[in-house]
Amino acid sequence: MIKEYKTIKEIASPLMIVEHVEGVTYDELGEIELPNGEIRRCKVLEVEGDRAVVQLFEAAQGINLAASKVRFLGHPQQLAVSGDMLGRVFNGMGNPIDGGPAILAEDHRDINGLPMNPAARAYPAEFIQTGVSTIDGLNTLVRGQKLPIFSGSGLPHAALAAQIARQARVLGDDETFAVVFAAIGITFEESEYFINDFRRTGAIDRTVVFSNLANDPAVERISTPRMALTAAEYLAFDKGMQVLVILTDITNYAEALREISAAKKEVPGRRGYPGYLYTDLATLYERAGRRQGKKGSITMIPILTMPEDDKTHPIPDLTGYITEGQIILSRELHRKGIVPPVDVLPSLSRLKDKGIGVGKTREDHAGTMNQLFAAYSRGKDAKELMTILGEAALSDDDKLFAKFADEFEKRYVSQGNTTNRSIEETLNIGWELLSILPKRELKRIKPEFIEKYLPEK
Amino acid sequence: MSGKITKVSGPLVVAEGLADANVSDVVRVGASRLIGEILNMTGDQASIQVYEETSGLGPGAEVVTTGMPMSVELGPGMLDNIYDGIQRPLPEMRALTGDSITRGTDVPALNRDKKWDFVAVAKPGDKLSAGDVVGTVQETSAILHKIMVPPGLSGEIKSVQSGSFTVTDTVAVLVDNKGKEHELSLMQRWPVRIARPYARKYVPSRPMNSGQRIIDTLFPLAKGGTAAVPGPFGSGKTVVQHQLAKWSDVDIVIYIGCGERGNEMTDVLMEFPELKDPRNGEPLMKRTVLIANTSDMPVAAREASIYTGITIAEYFRDMGYDVAVLADSTSRWAEALREMSGRLEEMPGEEGYPAYLASRLSQFYERAGVVECLGSDERRGSVTAIGAVSPPGGDISEPVSQATMRIVKVFWALDSSLAYARHFPAINWLTSYSLYVDTLAPWYTEQFGESYMKNRERAMHILQEEAELQEIVRLVGQDALSAEDRLTMETAKMIREDFLQQNAFVDEDAYSSYLKQFRLLDMVLKYDVLCREALGKGADMNALFAIDSREKIGRAKMADPNAFGDAYDAIEKQMKAEIEEVTAGGEDA
Repeated sequence: MIKEYKTIKEIASPLMIVEHVEGVTYDELGEIELPNGEIRRCKVLEVEGDRAVVQLFEAAQGINLAASKVRFLGHPQQLAVSGDMLGRVFNGMGNPIDGGPAILAEDHRDINGLPMNPAARAYPAEFIQTGVSTIDGLNTLVRGQKLPIFSGSGLPHAALAAQIARQARVLGDDETFAVVFAAIGITFEESEYFINDFRRTGAIDRTVVFSNLANDPAVERISTPRMALTAAEYLAFDKGMQVLVILTDITNYAEALREISAAKKEVPGRRGYPGYLYTDLATLYERAGRRQGKKGSITMIPILTMPEDDKTHPIPDLTGYITEGQIILSRELHRKGIVPPVDVLPSLSRLKDKGIGVGKTREDHAGTMNQLFAAYSRGKDAKELMTILGEAALSDDDKLFAKFADEFEKRYVSQGNTTNRSIEETLNIGWELLSILPKRELKRIKPEFIEKYLPEK
Repeated sequence: MSGKITKVSGPLVVAEGLADANVSDVVRVGASRLIGEILNMTGDQASIQVYEETSGLGPGAEVVTTGMPMSVELGPGMLDNIYDGIQRPLPEMRALTGDSITRGTDVPALNRDKKWDFVAVAKPGDKLSAGDVVGTVQETSAILHKIMVPPGLSGEIKSVQSGSFTVTDTVAVLVDNKGKEHELSLMQRWPVRIARPYARKYVPSRPMNSGQRIIDTLFPLAKGGTAAVPGPFGSGKTVVQHQLAKWSDVDIVIYIGCGERGNEMTDVLMEFPELKDPRNGEPLMKRTVLIANTSDMPVAAREASIYTGITIAEYFRDMGYDVAVLADSTSRWAEALREMSGRLEEMPGEEGYPAYLASRLSQFYERAGVVECLGSDERRGSVTAIGAVSPPGGDISEPVSQATMRIVKVFWALDSSLAYARHFPAINWLTSYSLYVDTLAPWYTEQFGESYMKNRERAMHILQEEAELQEIVRLVGQDALSAEDRLTMETAKMIREDFLQQNAFVDEDAYSSYLKQFRLLDMVLKYDVLCREALGKGADMNALFAIDSREKIGRAKMADPNAFGDAYDAIEKQMKAEIEEVTAGGEDA
């Protein structure tokens, strides 16, 4: 028998204090019944004696302290999971909003998940071909990786994420895949862009959407990515699917977290974000991965917009410390009309070394990758020098490097959002570009590969 | 003795009715018996940090004290194993509870059923004091585990037997001077927050060979020393730590993954058993203990993990081994400290960190050192502590970096701009330092002659000069430089690209012996000397820079680690001939 309390003492959205409670536990889910019968949900943040501090998941509007009833349900927030979730659209709290029937639950899962035992993880090592040269060739994505896109306001991260979702596949493999898409506080238009793209390509039947839009309650945003990841874990590790999770936008998530932290009057860390932002983000990101003896995997592409394009802002900074690399978009390249405007130098995939080479991509991949990075970096330095001192100040070699940098951006990076390049095409374009440079500068590539792959001038 | 919970707030639990409990006792909380530790006491009220997720706990639940401080079990079975932050073996937890870490799992750190072959060294009648070796167990093919008399105990051996025993079986009986009998087993316990005792401490004087050229040649670390690796994300902290764990010439490596990625620990778990120690050919995992408290695991256990790690390190040091402790990352540990401090509503210091941050950090690093161990054989052991620091935004003006810099003697500053240019290891040669250079110089000189340290100085000088010349180039272009300065810049480029850059993922290059490092740098500096002479004779600068052997020097680091001598001789010979040819051409013209 669940007790009902009519002892709400205080509401300061999103927090509420209920008194004279009994047997209430930390992190328990609760329901508030308004006088008009409407039900809203909340969870316990702190309990001291007979007093519980509760966080509302929805707006506090219209709650009457005297007439509303609170029930505690005895379990943390859960998501009803089932294979039928594919092709459906849910709101940020996990309720269907596509007009379809309720999900017949095969299981109820705690949305917070459990930490994965490091001894049970399988190391991600299978190359995913995204068809995007800057990713496949230079910042290779592997199955089970978490690779965020660091973007800025007004940059086309949605187009790149949709392109990856559309084109990504594992070579020589036809396992079942699924996409879990979580819209966290983004606009209707941006959300529709993704959903339309999934619809256009037919991927919608294999997609689960969790949608918390900009005008939905901010506190719900804490739950939305956890709902999505709970669904993803179920599909990957119970149903054996290869799941790609897209979370957009993590910046909105972190802001919702800050809002609640401020309401709780916690000691703020950098820029007012709570001191536990790192740990909190880690409990999301670390749910990506593969497990030993399990067929499925969760590959995660979180998207975040860097405030003021600042990579050292706490959100991108802490994300970068947890995720296995990052793809950074550049406003400068965007202005130049480079599509997708991936800034390859600060971009990184930490897991690339295990996913490339003989039997995965091609033997020359590692060497050419390092050479392209080094050459582009030197070329950019040379161009910088050129703008200050004029072309005459450059040595002959540096002129070639400057030319290389331009060609690299034009041909390698700028491929458009519809071109789907195979890894061989990507590697071959790389070799064509390297042929601009003097052969003695190609120190990072083994001589036998230069012999084999470098095109004659 | 049990109490009742009155408050739950995340990992912090307050319970009353615990008047008999001591500060720092380990307690079991609630029906699922979660593990916690008492932080503060007020009357009979205890503030407890719980090492597991507290979801589902509420007022009224029972709290039981174990009466013991947070301790680790020390004995055979730790090597080749992976533990969480409070020394629970992760493979056994997985066998018990599946792929996820569930709460309240109680698994002893050392396997209670496994039998070890114990070989007695002491004989009945021997008078032993603390630290003396009773016998040995061949724990892994690489490591002989010495079973020692625990600290605080001494007396006469009454009985001792060789044979096959579990860690809890009695292998010897010791009678102390009051006539009391003590049963000794293969295992002992030690509280993690207290440093294990030793006879005396020494100043470190031997280098720790890491096989990394920028470390061994430019910024060496001593065995028993302390080092920090700060750097923004993506600058290669973890790769540096992994390289050190792989190639350091220590006997035991303790690798603490403190609040970092799960896949990194998996990487170590999968890679180390395959890798062979270059010194004895044994798999590296046989000398390694892993402590994994990944970022998604409970934050309080993260705080404990570095103490667990360093206590295990001290135990192996007490056997007379050289041990390296790698903590990745101490910033995450500091954040765990900050989170608990915030929940305790303590007055915050800088950036919300507690005021005792610096003293806790120095307590950790001070547990490193070269010591004469307890025991009558005067054996020496060392603990080398290397901590990664993850400063927010890569800005080392923040409290954790600053507090660390005040303590450590070696500072390998990672630089994101080097990482972007794929210059790895991305250790910045201008901002890094090692305070061990002077104390280690005699060792280098004794082993390799005067020129090793002279070359080091010359290389540092050239790199420093390059930085100054670059300023000029940025203002007026490189045409304004004299030919000598252009050569300095060219040599600096060679030092950077052909010597300092080292690829951790290529077998020939991942580990570089001292001799190979010396020869490689020597070759680059010889080029510099010869070219300088040639320029003096009027040789054409661009022709000097374009000689064919330059490409060979560039690839010299990829030479076979066991047979590079002849190849290097050949390159040097060719280089000399080519420079002479260019000089002759210059004189003709």
